[in-house]
Amino acid sequence: MTNFPVEKIRADFPILAELIRNKPLVYLDNAASCQKPQAVIDSIVHLYSHDYANVHRGVHTLSVRSTDKFEGARTKVKDFINASSEKEIIFVRGATEAINLVAQTYGKANIKAGDEILITAMEHHSNIVPWQMLCQQTGAILKVAPINLQGELIYDEFEKLISDKTKLVSVVHMSNALGTINPVEKIIAAAHAKNIPVMLDGAQAIPHMAVDVQDLDCDFYVFSGHKLYAPSGIGVLYGKQALLEAMPPYQGGGDMIRKVTFEETEYNTLPYKFEAGTPNIADVVGLGAAIDYLNAIGMDKIAAYEAELLDYATEKAGQIKGLRIIGEAEHKGAILSFVLDKIHPHDIGTMLDSLGIAIRAGHHCAMPVMDFYQVPATARASFAMYNTKEEIDVLMKGIESLIEVFG
Amino acid sequence: MFDDLRDLYQEVIFDHNRNPRNFRVMDNADRKVEGFNPLCGDRLTLYLKMDGELIIDASFQGSGCAISTASVSLMTEIVKGKTEQEAEDLFKKFHEMTTGKDEQINLEAVGKLAVLAGVREYPARVKCATLAWHTLDAALKNEQKSISTE
Repeated sequence: MTNFPVEKIRADFPILAELIRNKPLVYLDNAASCQKPQAVIDSIVHLYSHDYANVHRGVHTLSVRSTDKFEGARTKVKDFINASSEKEIIFVRGATEAINLVAQTYGKANIKAGDEILITAMEHHSNIVPWQMLCQQTGAILKVAPINLQGELIYDEFEKLISDKTKLVSVVHMSNALGTINPVEKIIAAAHAKNIPVMLDGAQAIPHMAVDVQDLDCDFYVFSGHKLYAPSGIGVLYGKQALLEAMPPYQGGGDMIRKVTFEETEYNTLPYKFEAGTPNIADVVGLGAAIDYLNAIGMDKIAAYEAELLDYATEKAGQIKGLRIIGEAEHKGAILSFVLDKIHPHDIGTMLDSLGIAIRAGHHCAMPVMDFYQVPATARASFAMYNTKEEIDVLMKGIESLIEVFG
Repeated sequence: MFDDLRDLYQEVIFDHNRNPRNFRVMDNADRKVEGFNPLCGDRLTLYLKMDGELIIDASFQGSGCAISTASVSLMTEIVKGKTEQEAEDLFKKFHEMTTGKDEQINLEAVGKLAVLAGVREYPARVKCATLAWHTLDAALKNEQKSISTE
């Protein structure tokens, strides 16, 4: 293993010391949600203990402190994904809300009957359903680019589906069910050649790799805090400023206005135009703390370490008879989705839980992917920077034992 | 290694999972209902052959986890020869055994279905065991639509 300070990192996550069914926790459900470091937990406790008041409101000291922390976190997010301005960072509840926001504002303003929205066959439900709803509202058509058996986008087919009718491309950066990392640079270049904006669902990618939205040149990028070691209930919509300026607001209310009379309302400037109501102040501060924590380690180092974990897990899994890996893309993040001969993923999940191992068993909010592979569900071990090779050994031993028990 | 799970995964359950009973399509079925558990993707089709109020044959097709397969396999065995009312009474007792309060449990009343009592301790798995029975309930009420646990 490279010189990655995994033991030091593990010590920063109090929950990793938890015993589950009297056994040390082996937490391998990170693609569903990551655990939180003490620094994130402390940031919230500190805010509520010393600095909390509503933001953007009062002249009193606490409101100023709270606003400074809140807006300071926005700057941290901006720098983390290298956006060009804080105006491009909109706080939302999560990636799901961000996609719905774009569908109901940009989508409603720009997409009409007969227009097409292009996604891929490996999308999470959150990047399918908001578009289906928009299509029902507008008469637009949802187009789906196919994947191959390795779980990779069939790029030629994707390109063929880009047409004069395509008004938006929305694709997952990294698949939560398969681990596949999409060729987003190529996708963006092909769409931009026809002046089509591209949204990337980065919910799964963001904790595993350095993301630079200016370098990618994507038009929208969305992610959730809870998969980035930050609290649940907070997420980010990045959008290019010119696009966000032209979009109608999402929800109406306080904070998103500049002037209100009963005759008319003047909307606030970016980013506040899209942040109606008192925001999720504490969790935004927690997100800022998570970003500080990750920056101190380095996203490139995390990516390299996780690649080693995935290689090790893939090699070990390949030695287990009757185990089939679902998702074998060449470019892949640290996710091992698998099925076992004649043993249902739900049984795998319960059996591994009895050994203290937390994995996900189910359709991973990607039912069309399950249909494609003709499986009802998969078992999924998903890794984070605090996982170790020893934990992968525990997982593999557990799988071998349960195969034996099922006979 | 899996000592903690002995109450949930009894040998009878493994047996029915490996060799499910009445696992076949019934061409001349009087009732046919599909059951679906969206949480884990379990799907089953339940077939009943009736003679008036009497269930004279029961079979199923589908795929699911060991708990759900064993549950539907055991159910098709036990309801054969029972009247609709007797089957409904059994459903009620089974439901109490898997989800009810401790004092409601009467293991003797459910016969060999008692091997599934262990799911009580695993809230995430209760629906695996009850899918079969909800599907039967719909079949007895002659509902033709699909049944979902959600």
